[in-house]
This record gives sequence, C-alpha cells and structure tokens, in this order.
Amino acid sequence: MPHEAVDDMYREEILELYKSPSNFGELKNPSHKHTSYNSICGDEITVQIIVKGGKIDDIKFGGSGCVISMVTASLLTDKIKGANVSDVKKMKGEDVLSLLKSKLTPSRIKCALLSFEAVKEALK
Amino acid sequence: MKITNEIAKQIKKDFPIFSHNLGLVYLDNAATTQKPASVINAVKNFYEKDNANVGRGVYSLANRAMKRYDQTRTVIANFIGANSGEIVFTRNTTESINLLAYVISKIIPKGKDEIVLTEMEHHSNLVPWQELCKRNGFKLKFVKITKDFVLDMKDFNSKLSDKTAIVSIAYASNVLGTINNVKLITRLAREKGAITVIDAAQAIQHIPIDVKHLDCDFLAFSGHKMMGPNGIGVLYGKKELLEKLSPFMFGGGMIEKVTFNDASWAKTPEKFEAGTQNIAGAVGFAEAINYIKKIGIENITGWEAFLLKYALKRLNEVKGIKTYHPNSGEKVPVVSFTLDSIHPHDIAEMLNEKKIAIRAGHCCAMPLMSVIKANGGVCRASFYFYNTLEDIDALVDSLREIQEKFK
Repeated sequence: MPHEAVDDMYREEILELYKSPSNFGELKNPSHKHTSYNSICGDEITVQIIVKGGKIDDIKFGGSGCVISMVTASLLTDKIKGANVSDVKKMKGEDVLSLLKSKLTPSRIKCALLSFEAVKEALK
Repeated sequence: MKITNEIAKQIKKDFPIFSHNLGLVYLDNAATTQKPASVINAVKNFYEKDNANVGRGVYSLANRAMKRYDQTRTVIANFIGANSGEIVFTRNTTESINLLAYVISKIIPKGKDEIVLTEMEHHSNLVPWQELCKRNGFKLKFVKITKDFVLDMKDFNSKLSDKTAIVSIAYASNVLGTINNVKLITRLAREKGAITVIDAAQAIQHIPIDVKHLDCDFLAFSGHKMMGPNGIGVLYGKKELLEKLSPFMFGGGMIEKVTFNDASWAKTPEKFEAGTQNIAGAVGFAEAINYIKKIGIENITGWEAFLLKYALKRLNEVKGIKTYHPNSGEKVPVVSFTLDSIHPHDIAEMLNEKKIAIRAGHCCAMPLMSVIKANGGVCRASFYFYNTLEDIDALVDSLREIQEKFK
C-alpha cells in the first residue's frame, strides 16, 4: 500500500534533516557548478563542487524545494564529499534513492533525483 | 431543489468513485470532476447496445449511433443557448483553442496583428497563441491583474486598440477562482473589431452560460470537467464565422467530394471533425448535461457559493495560510493557498495520507505564479456541488496537523 510508504516519507528524522540540512549554502570558488530544474513544480537546486586531485574536496547545494528534494540533496552531498569523481560518475539513480530509505510515490522520484542530476551535469 | 449539506451527502452517493474509495475527500475538481453512475452507464450502454461508426453506415445500428451523436450536439447547444450547427466536437478545451489558433488567420482583417490575453490564462489559452504569433508575426499583450486578483479593466482598455485581432480570455481562472466580466470584455473587444474567444473550461460546470447573451465569437470547454467522459470537448463558434474558417484536420468524415488530387469540405460543423469521433464520449457528455439539468445549474451555483464562503472562513482561521483569491466580485469555488513556507508538494503528499486530494504546483499557469509571487507553486482546493462541509473541515484540520509537524 502506498500509504505506508508515504507515512515513512515524512518521519521525524527526515523532517529534522529538512529543517537543518548538511552542506546547504554556497562555495567561494567552485570548480564545477550546475542548476537543475524540476518542471513539474518549478523547484531548482544549484550544486557547487570543488574538485581536487580527482576527488570531491567540497560540495554545497542551494535553492528551494520540497522535503524530498532538499533531504536527498543533503544526504547525497554528505555521501559523495571526499569520494572519487570517477566513482560518483558511476552512481545510479537507485543508489541515491536508497539513501532516503523511503519508498517514494512515482511523482516524487523526480524530486528526489533533482540534486543528483545537478551533480552529474556539474561533473560533465 | 436547493442543495443543503444533507442533500450534498445524498448526491455523493450517485458517484461510484466514493464507494470504491471510502473516505476519499476529493478537492481537485478544477482538474477533473468525478462521474455519476448515469454517465458511466450511458457510455457502457452505448457500447453494449448502439455502437457503430457515425456518418458512414446505412444499417439501423449506424443510424442509431448517428442519432445519439447528433442528439448530444443538440443537448450541448441548448445548454449554452447555441444552435447545434455551431457545436464542433473536439477532444477538450486545449484542442478547441488549438483548432482556432490554426485556422483563425483567415478571418482576421489586414492591419490587425495583436492578441490580447490576460495574466491569469491557463497554458492552454496561452501556448497555442504564442505559436500563432511565431507563425504570423503577431504580438501578444497581457492584461494585468490587480492586488485583489481580478482583471484590471483600465489596463484592459489600454491594451485594446484598432490593432487588436483577437481577445482570448478565461471565463474563470483555474488558480484564482476569479470570474471575469466576459460580457463587458466581449462588448469592448467588438467595438474595436476584435474576434472574441472565451475559455470556459472553469466556468461552464459552475454557472449558467448563454453564448447569445455573452455575444462571444467562440467559446471552448471540456466534458470531463463537468462530469462527462475524458476526450470529448467543444468549440462553439458563431455559424457565419465557422463557415468562413477552413478545416485544420483532414481525412475521413470531413469531406464532401474527393478526387485523387483534390477534395472539398463537408458543411460546418462536420468539416472540423475528421476521423472517427469519440461517439461514446459524446453520449456520456449528453448524460452529464442531463445530470446537471436534473440538479439545476442555479442550485449548483448556490451550494458552491456557500461551500466557498465556508472554505475561505475556515482556511483563514489557520495562522500562516495565505490565500490567492479575490475578496470582491463573482467567483468559482477554487481556492489557492500556501501554508507558512511549506512546499505545496509536501502539503499535497501529506494530505494524501488522510485521503484528501488537492492539486499542488503551478496548476498549468506558470506565468501567473510569478505575478502572484508564488514561484514555488500553490496548493489548490477546488470544489464541486457534491462536496460537503465535512470535506472542508477535513482539509483544514489536516492542514493544522501538517503545520505542527513542520514546527
């Protein structure tokens, strides 16, 4: 039943992370940057990255969005900070969705993957 | 019969969706309305008893199908004060406006090259005109809305000129609920020799419409927003104008005579209806109008005004709610709002946990969202006459719970 999944989506730990996400803000001199838009709701997320020695040295995200897009951006940036760029490029959508530990309704998958799309475009 | 809350509860029983989805609070009626059993059965009965293609066969079944199809045209024509020859079947409002935008140039006098729209148009009454402008080099002008979310008529007068070719406006806004003074707008536009097009998608299900009284040239609406099936809509046009227009889709059913190298067209309205039509959809549409007539459109308007007033009162009790809805003038029962800075999609998703269905986002009116400074979109609750006061209470109570969760 989708109802269980939805309940799960707005559990307390997720809402807490939404109120104070990690890596929210701007970098002074990003080496890579991209803004992705969700045409369904007009949300946008900008990802700024500093790449040093083939690794993600620092990463921040900004913009506005729903709980799902903001929390996933927070989890994703935490996960890939310090990682090899080549490994990040190999990541798939499912890897990102699994960070959220929630079953998403189809209409929200796009929200969850917005920051990932920005990261991939920035690293292109 | 005047609708009360008790009667609305009885009316709801005519709609099978509510017995299949117990506890459903359906507040997305501006997107589409639910269907009464009579409409569903009319479609089913047509396929079971009368199905054949129309305008082609000579056998009894085909004649019966043709009769049902033609009857629908008459039912719709009577409903809006038109003649049946002025009713063109389309898929929906969007297709009606696209049809017009494709062929309208033929009836625009030379020297006229401006199209006046408003800031509150749905994408369906905006994008087809943008494309016409790209093809013909026409210019778009947009009438502003006031701080009270109604059309600025001073601005309308300043945008209107001898160069105005077309004035195309929403009868009612799908976001703001504002009902525009279409009669006045049509008269002013006519004084400048402009063609008038009314997008009635959000009005026809709520208020009585008479095209002769409005004196508009064209009027478009969809069956599915007034309890009819999907995929059947109407373009009304004054007979003399429809006759001057060329078809925009070609093929079977819309011809008079065809040779290998040329063809001539059938008469209006058939010349606009190429290919096999949505006959069962039309039959269901007629039944939807019969259902409205049985309830009485004035009774629908009356109950919805009561629902709307109650909804606004209850919503405004919640601190942190901002409504985007006019304080003055005529309105359809559509209320857009935001709650604190909570994202509309989160609100809609959390309301869904309580089986409450609302719309969230830009509601197919992205330019309007920037005008009303709701760039993250809005939540929209839209009502129909089967909604009850309890539906509104459920919405408001749940909004309070959501607000608590985000604190």
